Amino acid sequence: MTDNILDIGSLKKSFGGLVVIDDVSFAVTKASKTALIGPNGAGKTTIFNLLSGVYDVDSGSIVLDGVDITRTEAHDRVLSGLSRSFQNIRLMPHLSTVENVMLGQQATSRGWRDMIYPLGILPKNRWRDEAEAALADAGIGTYPGEVVANLPYGIQKRIEVVRAMVAKPKLLLLDEPAAGLNRVETDQLHQLLDRVHQGGVTLLVVEHDMHFVRSLCDHVVVLNFGEKIFEGPPDLVQKDPEVLKAYLGADDDKEDVANAS
Amino acid sequence: MSGYLEAQLIILCLSTIYAYGIFIPAASGQLNLGAAGFITLGAYASAWFNSMDGLGLSATVSVILAMIFTGIVSFLISFPILRTKGVYMVLATFAFAEVVSGFVINFEFLGAAAGMPVDSHASILVVAPITLAVMIFSFYFMSTRFGLALRSIHDDENVATLFGIKVRTAKVIAFTVGAMIVSLGGSLYGLHFNYIEAQTFNVLLSIFILLYVLMGGTQTAWGPLIGAAFFTIVPEGLREIAEMLGWHWLAEGRFILFGAFIVILMVIRPEGIMTRTLQERIAGNLRNKNNAVTSEQPEGGR
Repeated sequence: MTDNILDIGSLKKSFGGLVVIDDVSFAVTKASKTALIGPNGAGKTTIFNLLSGVYDVDSGSIVLDGVDITRTEAHDRVLSGLSRSFQNIRLMPHLSTVENVMLGQQATSRGWRDMIYPLGILPKNRWRDEAEAALADAGIGTYPGEVVANLPYGIQKRIEVVRAMVAKPKLLLLDEPAAGLNRVETDQLHQLLDRVHQGGVTLLVVEHDMHFVRSLCDHVVVLNFGEKIFEGPPDLVQKDPEVLKAYLGADDDKEDVANAS
Repeated sequence: MSGYLEAQLIILCLSTIYAYGIFIPAASGQLNLGAAGFITLGAYASAWFNSMDGLGLSATVSVILAMIFTGIVSFLISFPILRTKGVYMVLATFAFAEVVSGFVINFEFLGAAAGMPVDSHASILVVAPITLAVMIFSFYFMSTRFGLALRSIHDDENVATLFGIKVRTAKVIAFTVGAMIVSLGGSLYGLHFNYIEAQTFNVLLSIFILLYVLMGGTQTAWGPLIGAAFFTIVPEGLREIAEMLGWHWLAEGRFILFGAFIVILMVIRPEGIMTRTLQERIAGNLRNKNNAVTSEQPEGGR
């Protein structure tokens, strides 16, 4: 029995001739708050897509809580305990806020009886109450019946997190949850994620806001050009020469100039 | 009830049933132009089960058996058809309807091109309650987690998958349930008019039914009813008005005006007459009105 919730072993993925994930291995400790960072195009979202089953892996393995899910079909992965949010908002635009959250509950429904329960007509029922409570807990409880397409960006962004949360995952993948949120909204999100984490959910977060990462996460994995270049506590990240080079491109600039001439 | 009114009501009822049958798969984004095929299957199967030359069963049993038969056929054809999407699915379902029509026309025991008489009769008193039952079923169906899954598939298939929805299974079930409802409508057509002819169930009928659904709006279960009612009542209403005003040219050419109506509707309501947002707005207004009676609210929100 390991204390890792997620074990990624020598993951590889290429699109045509372009290698986007090259032999990446890392583990996420149970009940940790791990950040996955890296410059644009480093392969962070691709890792999420491989984990959630949007893409098939070329080679390597994904083990979630002791179960190999490398070849598990996408719709079954959420049942194995993995759910996610998206970098670009991908809520169902024609559904209301509460219906989007109820879609997230799909993974917790069991059998035909739950499938044919008229949760849309009955004004009060277990599913709706739970969804409304989750929204209220995230500080966005005032819009349950509103069609999401008509809501502002900051609200939609948080509905995404709530939708992924109510699937009751063991591991929650969040793709830039704080992007585009203002200070107050970011703080609310931080508190929400802390509460989710206290409920026993492990977080794996892709985020560019380093302030947010440092205050939220206890472990950081850095990717660059599809390779892992650093793994360790957040305090050490910005002192690591490899990471600095990847973000600032200090030495590369000279080479580029040399190559160009 | 006057004969004219009853005839109009029957057409409205049948159109509504057909529309709900096409609406259920349309809610998940399937464009089904095969309504005529399922009507033919329902009408002919129930007629044959009911007829003395066939099985000689009671009308009720025949209709139910015809629904089951259509269900099996549509389940089987859903696998190849659901490999297609959008306009290709329109073509595939259209082709299916033509195949069914071709079969019927070439079978002597189904009366071939001459058509087939239907023994039992169903009056408006049978058809109208069944229509209501289909509507109630559709509202219920769309309000379940299954309906939620279909609407999610319509919006974003990939995300629906990631939240644990088996997209293919859901689509097959929606296609099959829809086909069975259309088949019920076809059976009732036969039982009411006591005569069926494959040529009446043609592609024009399929187009109209798909139009009811798309014009009514696929986002809420009100859509098909509104679409079917609009298409049945407006042309007749136009004629009544034209005759009242003594404008015979309009009575003759009312479909020109009706066509213009459709074009305008497509421009101003591309997602159908009834959308989710509109439903929410109406429901919100009703709520606010009720609240206003009990307590004065400064701002009723949105």
